[in-house]
Parts: sequence; C-alpha cells; structure tokens
Amino acid sequence: MFHIYCPYCEEHREEEEFHAKGQAHIARPADPDACSDAEWGDYLFFRDNPRGIHHELWVHAVGCRKFFNITRHTVTYAILETYKMGEQPTITAESLARGEKAGNVQAASGGQQTVGASDAAVASVKGAQA
Amino acid sequence: MQRYSGFGLVKHALSHHENWQRQWRNPTPKKEYDVIIVGGGGHGLATAYYLAKEHGITNVAVIEKGWLGGGNTARNTTIVRSNYLWDESAALYEHAMKLWEGLSQDINYNVMFSQRGVLNLGHTLQDMRDIQRRVNANRLNGIDSEVLDARGVQELVPIMDCSKNARYPVMGASWQPRAGVARHDAVAWGYARGADSLGVDLLQNTEVTGFKILDGRVVGVHTNRGDIGAKTVGCVTAGNSGVMAKMAGFQLPLESHPLQALVSEPLKPVLDTVVMSNHVHGYISQSDKGDLVIGAGIDGYNGYGQRGSYPTVEHTLQAIVEMFPMFSRVRMNRQWGGIVDTCPDACPILSRTPVKGLYFNCGWGTGGFKATPGSGHVFAWSLAKGQMHKLAAPFSIDRFRTGALIDEHGAAGVAH
Repeated sequence: MFHIYCPYCEEHREEEEFHAKGQAHIARPADPDACSDAEWGDYLFFRDNPRGIHHELWVHAVGCRKFFNITRHTVTYAILETYKMGEQPTITAESLARGEKAGNVQAASGGQQTVGASDAAVASVKGAQA
Repeated sequence: MQRYSGFGLVKHALSHHENWQRQWRNPTPKKEYDVIIVGGGGHGLATAYYLAKEHGITNVAVIEKGWLGGGNTARNTTIVRSNYLWDESAALYEHAMKLWEGLSQDINYNVMFSQRGVLNLGHTLQDMRDIQRRVNANRLNGIDSEVLDARGVQELVPIMDCSKNARYPVMGASWQPRAGVARHDAVAWGYARGADSLGVDLLQNTEVTGFKILDGRVVGVHTNRGDIGAKTVGCVTAGNSGVMAKMAGFQLPLESHPLQALVSEPLKPVLDTVVMSNHVHGYISQSDKGDLVIGAGIDGYNGYGQRGSYPTVEHTLQAIVEMFPMFSRVRMNRQWGGIVDTCPDACPILSRTPVKGLYFNCGWGTGGFKATPGSGHVFAWSLAKGQMHKLAAPFSIDRFRTGALIDEHGAAGVAH
C-alpha cells in the first residue's frame, strides 16, 4: 500500500484514493497536423518504461481530483518526490547518478512498500542504481 | 534422452527412483551460436525447441539471467483458451491451442493439459451483446464457442451465485469447452528438456548486459560470462523487454506492470472449470492439487518489483466472493506478483526491429501463457527464415505507427 503525499491537499493519503496515469512530461506535438505517422505514433504509444527512476502522472481520483506528478523508483517502489503540474522534478536519474543531494523534497513517506524521501532513501536508491 | 513412460516409472521404482537422468545439461557457453534466444521462460524455450525440431537449427543457446521458467511462466494462473475476437489474434491463439492438444506427446512430458472449459461471464446487456459478437466471430474462425444463458452457467457451476439477488447478476456467458488449464512449470521444463536433447545449450544464471551491434546488424550479446557471438538473436524477455530494447537502442510501446495472483489452501474438488468475469473482475479455477487459483487486474502503476499493492488483492477477492459466496471463509496460502509487459492494444509484439538480425517476441501482457506453444512455433519459423511467419506478421511494431492496431481489450480475461 502506497502512502502518497498529494501536493494540492498537502497531506498523505492511501493509494486507493489515487490512479496511476503513466509517464509524465509527455509534450503534445505543437502542430499535430504537421506530424508524420511515426511522430504521432511515438507520441501516442511509445513510452520510456524505465527500470529505475520514473516520473509519472497520478490523479487524486477520489480526493481533490487534481493531476500531479510523482518521481518513483520502479523496482523498490520508493516514492522520492511529488510535485504539482507544471513543475519539474528535482530528483532525476541523472541527478542521482551525479550524486547530488535532493533539495525541496516533498516527503511521501510511510506505508508497507514505500519509504520516505529522506536522504537515506535517496542513498538507498543510488545504491540500487549503482 | 531417456524417454518417460509408464514402464520407465515402474523400472525406476525398483531402484528407488535414484537413477533418473538429469533433465538437461549445464553447458559452458560456446564462443558463437547460430541463434541466441534471450530469456528462458516458456516462450523462449518453446522457440528454441521448435528451432531445433522443425528447422534443424541446433546450434542455439537460450540465455537466462535466473533459472528456467522462473519468471511469468511460473507466476501465471495457467489458463489456456483461444476465444479472441479479431481474426489475427484468433488465428495465433488457436494455432497455440492445436499445439497444446498434442503437446504432452510431442515433448514426452506430461504438461497436465486439462480441457475443462472456460466461462467468460456476462453481467450486463452490453456484456451479453459483446459475448454474442465474440462467439460469432470465434465460430467463423473455426473456434469452439457457445453462448450460455444464466441457467446454462448454473448447471455447469452449481456453486456460483447465479441468482437475481447478486449485486451484478450473471446473465450468461461464453463457453469454450476446449479451453482449460495446464501445469505451467511442466511446460517450461518439458520444452527445456526437449530442446536440450536436440542439442540446444541452456545457459542459466547468465545475464545479457548488452547487444553487440555492427553496422546496424546484431553480431552477438555481452553477458556477465563474456561475449557470445550470434547471427540471429531473438529477445523473449516479457516484463524486461523495454529494458532490453533500450540496450539495443530503440523504444517499445510497452509498459511493465505488476500482475498479482494467489492460491488458497487445498480444498476437495469443488470447481471443475475455469470462471472468468470481466465485469465483476476476477478469475478462478481449481488446480489438481485442490487449491483455488485466483487472479484479476494489474496494479495500475509501472513496476518491475514482482510484487504489487494490497488493495489490488482485496479487490480481487471481493470479486471472487461476490461470485462464490461459499469461498468467503477459504484461507489464502500464497500470493505473488509477476511483471507483465502490456501493449496499448492488448496484443503481443512479434517483430523485426530497427537492428538487423534482432527480433523481439514480447508484449503478451497479462495473457501470454496460453500462447506459449504457438508463440514459440511461429517465432522459431520467423528466426529460421529471416522473415515473419504469416500468423506473426500482423503483430509487428510498425502497427503502432501505421495505426493497424488489433484491439483485443474486449477479449482479455478481465479489463486491465
């Protein structure tokens, strides 16, 4: 059971209130009519599906009903960060690889399979990636 | 290879079963193979078996990072059926069904294929219309399929709540009598033993860490036990396929999700068929050992962790108890997750790739087990001939760019 911090409600709620909506930050082509079939197919269907850090869209379906983003590890399932629509993640696969400390982390802690976005969690994720 | 038979069983009993031959060798990797199959699950092992048996290509290695059949092959709910809606998928799954019917004899291994029938329930008028459409399509494709009304369902499964008092009353079902279940481990082991006896090297605990690509053509793989050369590589890695594609430098239209299943404590025989409900959202059968084998939908988030969340288990069991109130006090014994590679159109990918000589067989999502023999058979043909088999051709990656999708969400056992 995930315990997810909704950045709009500003509190932790149980996973059942939320729906996962797949990869985040997919930009709709500015001029769809000018897209080739391949470009449009890539936009609609092709996804990163990484084994590791994943930025994904969730919706607080039976709460505030707002969409927001989660940065999560797809093997440990640790939630590292939640942030509002329009914002950019502060934790990325690259930043962890560089060994940067995450700043301004909105903690998403607790739950059976989720650890908090503490330095220890970030360190453990780095360990898993190494 | 020592053939298995009733006589052999008696003979070995006389020596206290201490002299059984090992089922396969544990070979040292060669420098070079004609074909490398990445992934030692059911589909990969079947591919290797048919390559050797039907195409005489025996200089083949199956490279598996863990142990044979330890991934989704050992984690599914063992249901086999072929009642798919569209011609392309019906042809592929029915091809598999015909191979299932002779499989134990073919590989001299008892896969315990039991054609006990599969019911796909309808609980709404729209369900029943969809069922009628699918059954008609099945029959046009020569697949056994019937529409049953609620009374027909009740006769087949007396213990199910088919009354009007249910929250979602059963209005009827589609019924495929030739469908059923098979022993999943035996399928992997049987194909492994068959392939090994024909000369295929099964390399366990060997992880592919990259592809050797020269001028856009695959020439081998990097592994944790050194580089191995090959002219043709078939990648059959289910949930990990997206990661493998990335190693080869391209992307797949796949998302990997946990799919959970669970089994109960063993009970006396109580359910002699397979019941699936898309609407109430669960499926159940009883194994020969007596435990109820239960599954439902995927966990909605991407994951590679081979485990899911408890709310999904709870929803699954709610559905089962809704259909079978008498199971409300059955205790669950074990629960686990596998990683399924789901495709946007709920159909697999059997395809060439942008890298010459590298083929992918993936995207089977939540229903790959039933296709194991057919998938291996057509994929072996494709690797041997260097062109896709006519049953595999519609399942190219290109369909996500041409728009020729094969939308099978309706014929999936439950909605995912």
